[in-house]
Amino acid sequence: MIVNNKAIPSLAKKDMRLDGRGMLEYRGPISVETGITVTAEGSSRVQIGDTIVIAGVKMSLEKPYPDTPEEGGIMINAELTPMSSSQYESGPPRMKAIEISRVVDRTIREAKAIDFKKLCVKKNELAWFVSVDVVSINDAGNVFDAASLAVLAALNNASLRDFDPETFAVDYKSTTKKKLPLTKAPIAVTVYKVGGKFLVDPTTEEENSYEARLTVGSDAKQIISALQKGGSEPITIDDVSAMVDIALEKASFLRKAYQKK
Amino acid sequence: MAYTKRLDGRKFDELRPMVAKAGNIPNADGSGYFKVGKTEAYAAVYGPRELHPRFLQNPKTGIIRCHYNMMPFSGTGTRIRPGTKRRSQEISMVMELSLSPVVDLSQFPNSVVDVFVEFPSTDAGSRCAAISAACIALADAGIRMKDMVTSVAMGQVDGAICADLTYNEEAYDAIVSDIPVAMINGSKEITLLQMDGEITKADLIKSLEAAKDACGKVHKLQQDALEARFPGAGTDKKVDAKEVSQ
Repeated sequence: MIVNNKAIPSLAKKDMRLDGRGMLEYRGPISVETGITVTAEGSSRVQIGDTIVIAGVKMSLEKPYPDTPEEGGIMINAELTPMSSSQYESGPPRMKAIEISRVVDRTIREAKAIDFKKLCVKKNELAWFVSVDVVSINDAGNVFDAASLAVLAALNNASLRDFDPETFAVDYKSTTKKKLPLTKAPIAVTVYKVGGKFLVDPTTEEENSYEARLTVGSDAKQIISALQKGGSEPITIDDVSAMVDIALEKASFLRKAYQKK
Repeated sequence: MAYTKRLDGRKFDELRPMVAKAGNIPNADGSGYFKVGKTEAYAAVYGPRELHPRFLQNPKTGIIRCHYNMMPFSGTGTRIRPGTKRRSQEISMVMELSLSPVVDLSQFPNSVVDVFVEFPSTDAGSRCAAISAACIALADAGIRMKDMVTSVAMGQVDGAICADLTYNEEAYDAIVSDIPVAMINGSKEITLLQMDGEITKADLIKSLEAAKDACGKVHKLQQDALEARFPGAGTDKKVDAKEVSQ
């Protein structure tokens, strides 16, 4: 792939981008579809420009951890499939997928977006554990934001399954009206510093031409629940301040796409 | 014959509602989508490109390499842990064998065409959907092919030969057989044939005869998807074989 990693920073200095977008403008269309698969307890398909991801929720009844005997749990996993880009290979998740999984996980978990106590079925014995997998279909850049939005939409779409009150065997063919207790809508937005300027929603080329980036997870009340600084260059406190402002604004912009559902 | 009415009310030779698309994954060199009932396959083709590890290279021709993968939430029941499994490896292998006969990669020695297939949701017949989607993706990628390969899961449920079994039919409490079949569209030659369950030879042959018609229905959708992607390219104008080879 050709990466114009000289042109991108020099254009950015003039507040310009290769595809003619504004620095803080997302690609269109942004779409969030939910309930796209019948096998998952909740699911979503998110598209930002040409970037497409699918997320699905699976739930199982398991023994709670000894230190939280009255709580269920969550696990978030991102798969960057070789289907979605020639950059990715088959095999165990590489650094980029691991980072997405962990940052999106913190965004949801630390915001306490799910009431884990409500997932407890029987103290010390049984609680719902939620697994969310997000899979890239086409990575044209900014899978990070797309994955975060998709995970949130899939969680919001999820309903619990019925289970046998005696054996606790889950009936995965059943459907109930009981929704997953999701109380907040935290979204992670990544702001990139390129040529000393800030931009959002990078293309694949821009993702390969930046100095630093900051991912900010925040909820509707603008409370920050996760941060992750990436990139080889340092950033100043002023940078952080500006990048968080952008991230908070863009999170509420993406939340509108999610709430339209 | 006790199975007189199908569980979902379909006729015995009727396939579930199908959707086919081409060119749905912009990054890929070619891509396809095939949905039948609740089984949904995305296929992407990358290549021909250099094959690694190099000991797999064939100096006479390029090869096809398939990668079948179910998304972790795509099965009924608990989450499927990501990673390679014996089942997905075997299916990848039979996919390669079912597609290779129509593909000519002799112009690309030492190279590979990678075919990736992912499922957001499945309800039986996933290897067949994978092959039908992969073939659309190969055609979309402009890979030289002599024909399309189409695939349907045939089966016999309590004496009745059915096309495109669902999971509930496969699990029906009677003698059931599940026969995934892939055919080259024109010649009706078989490139995938597997079976599990119990069946007599006579019924097996009857099922395979019935598969011709079922595969034809799949082919119609593949063709429509490719025509929508390349308007005007699918005209029935007979092309001289010599003309093509030049």
